[in-house]
Amino acid sequence: MNALDRALTHPLTRNVTPERRPFDLAAYEAGGGYGGLHTAIGKLTPAECLQIVKDSNLRGRGGAGFPTGLKWSFVPMEDGGPGHKYLICNADEMEPGTFKDRLLLECDPHQLIEGMILAAYTIGADVAYVFIRAEYLLAERLLREAIRDCYGKGYLGRNILGSGYNLDMHVHSSAGRYICGEETALISSLEGKRANPRAKPPFPQVSGLWGRPTIVNNVETLCNVPHIIERGAQWFNDLGLTEDAGTKMYGVSGRVKNPGCWELPIGTPIREILEGCAGGMEDGYAFRGLLPGGGSTDFLVAEHLDLAMDYGTIGKAGSRMGTGTMIVLDDRTCPVAFVQNLVAFFARESCGFCTPCREGLPWSAQLLAELEAGRGQAGDLDTLAMHVDFIGTPGNTHCALAPGAMEPLASGLKYFREDFQRHIDGRACPYCEREAAA
Amino acid sequence: MSELIPALSADELAAIDAEIAHAPYRDAVAVDALKIVQRHRGWVSDESLKAIARHLTMSADELEGVATFYNLIYRHPVGEKVILLCNSVSCWIKGCETLRARCREGLGIDYGQTTADKRYTLLPVTCLGACDKAPVLMLGDVLLENVNPAGLMATLGASGEEGT
Repeated sequence: MNALDRALTHPLTRNVTPERRPFDLAAYEAGGGYGGLHTAIGKLTPAECLQIVKDSNLRGRGGAGFPTGLKWSFVPMEDGGPGHKYLICNADEMEPGTFKDRLLLECDPHQLIEGMILAAYTIGADVAYVFIRAEYLLAERLLREAIRDCYGKGYLGRNILGSGYNLDMHVHSSAGRYICGEETALISSLEGKRANPRAKPPFPQVSGLWGRPTIVNNVETLCNVPHIIERGAQWFNDLGLTEDAGTKMYGVSGRVKNPGCWELPIGTPIREILEGCAGGMEDGYAFRGLLPGGGSTDFLVAEHLDLAMDYGTIGKAGSRMGTGTMIVLDDRTCPVAFVQNLVAFFARESCGFCTPCREGLPWSAQLLAELEAGRGQAGDLDTLAMHVDFIGTPGNTHCALAPGAMEPLASGLKYFREDFQRHIDGRACPYCEREAAA
Repeated sequence: MSELIPALSADELAAIDAEIAHAPYRDAVAVDALKIVQRHRGWVSDESLKAIARHLTMSADELEGVATFYNLIYRHPVGEKVILLCNSVSCWIKGCETLRARCREGLGIDYGQTTADKRYTLLPVTCLGACDKAPVLMLGDVLLENVNPAGLMATLGASGEEGT
């Protein structure tokens, strides 16, 4: 495939070659980079850019799938006086099983920066932040270098491309905690506070960072923007195989032959990703189920493998596409222990602000640990189901962390109930016994 | 009273002030300041915490609330190298518990503990975003992928010798 064809069908990964250093500014431009910037800044109005992004049907790639153009449209565009408006890139990738943003950050930092400049221009932001998790040290260094080069070239700073538009960009390296990926918690953290999520409304689009209008977008979402601006909404819509638009970074981890991350048309069937890209199950392991988009999504099972990986289809099947990076459960891994690992993770990462999350998640994790240890009791599954109802019902908790934690538990109880019951009846984990006997 | 709080170094102050320069309030850089001091001193002692709070014109109690929220701000001394072991689900499937057991056997430490010779501290960490190369861990600033439990002690030992 030649470079232009690849850019047209795999826009996000056209420059991604993990074996070498990413393109610097000159090489990125030589490959057509900053084409979106030159298309838009000073030539299209912010309103025109917004319309293109709205028409593209781009939806947030961080997990929630909210339409990006619609999110941006809530930012007040009338002259709001002397205060700032902010664009924040959420590069706090921590969802269990998710490893797509690291690839985009480490392999093509200029693509993200170009997307951020265009997003900031569209919403009229004059300050942009990359909120990056502390452990992504290589990505942080590459971004700082790329931002410095962009200031040198006049793509950041004052009067960008002679348009009169000004934008400053900073990198904030975080200090841990999964909850920082929740957009209002991220804003609290960026203000130097404990990363407690905030009540909505007011929404960040109106009152976010330091009380000013703020947009928070995921890395992959922003990386799409330069291509949409340069090639148009129709091109982007045509990339998708189903009702959704564009490509998606899909990943597979677990006991598969070839775990990895690939850019594919959105709506690619699960089976094609699992068997075609990831090579199917490792020898000696059989498929039992998967979480389609990270640790806080509901299990899908064999009957779902021919479904399209898009927001609507996966939603109708009772789960969420989430981050699009699947975690595979095999037949030699205990579903109870699998779910226990996840619920214990979310219990550890709770910010502690609201009671159902702070108290309910450790209780659930402890019950699951007792089950796994062979100390489960009759009635435990009912207690777990009660937690699912109480914690998992939207509105009972301050943010989406705890309901997300209940998704693998609720669907685990549905699809693998027999496994849960065998832990109680046999007073032991059948998987541990089998491993010990082998 | 205030003279009992040791001053931050010129390097630390310069780095913190560079962050303050583009923040609307001094205390907005609380997390950055804690990280800067930790980078210089390995951890954040009570004395450091008070000095940072004073420089940011915020109360030490409020800064303590921030510092203890974030798992990568260390309020206790840690070893020369921190081992951040990913124990999220993909690494768990691929045997991160075996790596933890190797650390217990080979180094004599579990989560939250530091070896007697102060070389290593073991901590669990949220999914490191390298699930296709599970199990993974970070040894200091370096990400180790597809970690083989049998070779883990050799890897740690080799790294330790390089550092000395």
